[in-house]
Amino acid sequence: MQEEFEVAIVGAGPAGISAAYTLAGRGIKTIVLERGEYPGSKNISGGVLYGHDLAEIIPDFTQRGCPVERNIVESRLWYLSRDGGYSAAFRDQLFYDRMPPNAFTVGRARFDRWFAEQAGEKGALVVCSTVVTDLLRDGDNRVIGVRTDRIDGDVRARVVLLADGINSALAAKTGFRPEPKPHHVALAVKDVVELPEEMINERFNVETGHGVTIEIIGGITGGMDGIAVIYTNKNSLSLCIGANLSDFMENRVRPYEMLEGFKNHPMVLPLIKGGKSKEYMAHWIAEGGYDAIPRLCGDGYLIAGDSGMLFNALHREGSNMAMTSGRFAAEAIMEALEKGDLSRNGLAGYVSRLQGSYITDDLKKYRRFNTFRLRHHELFTTLPELGGFAAREMLTIDGISKKKKQKAIWKKVKKDISLCRIFRLLWDGIRSVK
Amino acid sequence: MTVKIEDKLFLDRFRVDQEPHIRIADNTMCMEKCEDQPCLYFCPANVYRLEKDRIVVAYEGCLECGSCRIGCPHLNIEWRFPTGGYGISHRFG
Repeated sequence: MQEEFEVAIVGAGPAGISAAYTLAGRGIKTIVLERGEYPGSKNISGGVLYGHDLAEIIPDFTQRGCPVERNIVESRLWYLSRDGGYSAAFRDQLFYDRMPPNAFTVGRARFDRWFAEQAGEKGALVVCSTVVTDLLRDGDNRVIGVRTDRIDGDVRARVVLLADGINSALAAKTGFRPEPKPHHVALAVKDVVELPEEMINERFNVETGHGVTIEIIGGITGGMDGIAVIYTNKNSLSLCIGANLSDFMENRVRPYEMLEGFKNHPMVLPLIKGGKSKEYMAHWIAEGGYDAIPRLCGDGYLIAGDSGMLFNALHREGSNMAMTSGRFAAEAIMEALEKGDLSRNGLAGYVSRLQGSYITDDLKKYRRFNTFRLRHHELFTTLPELGGFAAREMLTIDGISKKKKQKAIWKKVKKDISLCRIFRLLWDGIRSVK
Repeated sequence: MTVKIEDKLFLDRFRVDQEPHIRIADNTMCMEKCEDQPCLYFCPANVYRLEKDRIVVAYEGCLECGSCRIGCPHLNIEWRFPTGGYGISHRFG
């Protein structure tokens, strides 16, 4: 391609499109290169997006046809043993009619496509079916464009934004970001199960347009450090389950069998009964946290979103950080273009924006969370079963006195897990999230 | 409870690239040096299958997660993205 652009963006996901929208809106000549047939065709998330971060980019997104599935009014947490489990839920009227919605579900194939169209209307050029295979560099190793898998596929640009997601073969190849270590990512699989809208309303006790998220840990991941979620869409449910890749490597568990086991759990089965599976997908989740974040800008380039490992594993927030980091990258690029300095120094406004925001604060706050989970597998093995045993004992009416039951529970706790271990768990746990 | 990966992949839309985007660099390594062969298990699309004396790669059903690239204990898998527009296309995502 002969044409030169001011900014080339790799990847039409939330990070890339947020940047493209912001840049094109200010008249900056921007190209987005997407490897899928259409924006979103390669993208997945559990499916929750956050209104605040999107509204910072498109304030009236709900009026502009944003394909919202359901506005989340209730969040549930489940701690499951093999045969049952604990459930806690929080619902608030404030989430019902709040504008913009606080959190809402989407299908990423539809949302990302819509989002990219908005950027296109602002003047960004979105080119699909194009893989960026390398970065072009000048004699001083400054990035000056991208190489694609098209014939005559070099695209020159004054600055390149890498927003190509967690599985960035490009980052690995070019060394701009090291390959993640297996313990830095979770491998998650997802089933989309179709059910009539009214049936979802009834099963989840919500009105049309309102939805529920369920975040689940416990015995369902076969003792591996993992999580499952169930999110409500308009007329389907998203069921995801994942575990740390290093755990998968050791445990010889097939992800789709684990997903099947999850779908057959007594807490889950009644929710999806009669549903029809529509799609099956897999993706990584960036779980390395603060200490796995690479250098996020250099001479002629920046990294945003999942590609920069910006993910809050405790709160399952990633799409918001992708959007806001994309927007920050765009603002820093505009500053740098104005100054005419696209070096690492010139682009440093990106890093200072991140540092001044919730993104760095939150990732720093939870920097020990990944290690904590990997060190305390009892969270996924012994504890959910003990919890299940204790509650089952206390709730079973069988003529045995409560005092005797308590004794039996206490005896089992001491047998299955040392008190020292429990103390350690609490201590490490509090430290990892404080 | 049995689940067949073929039934799951059947739900997805693939546009298969004629050129495989995954290649095992050295199959002897898999058979002689790799005791665990974890790729046979953790791959969510069961792309890697043991056939007599080698591991074969059914790249056509790859979900493009990248796990094999970093999860192979010997980093013996060459993995790139399928050519632009090929591979899986999510309809819901």
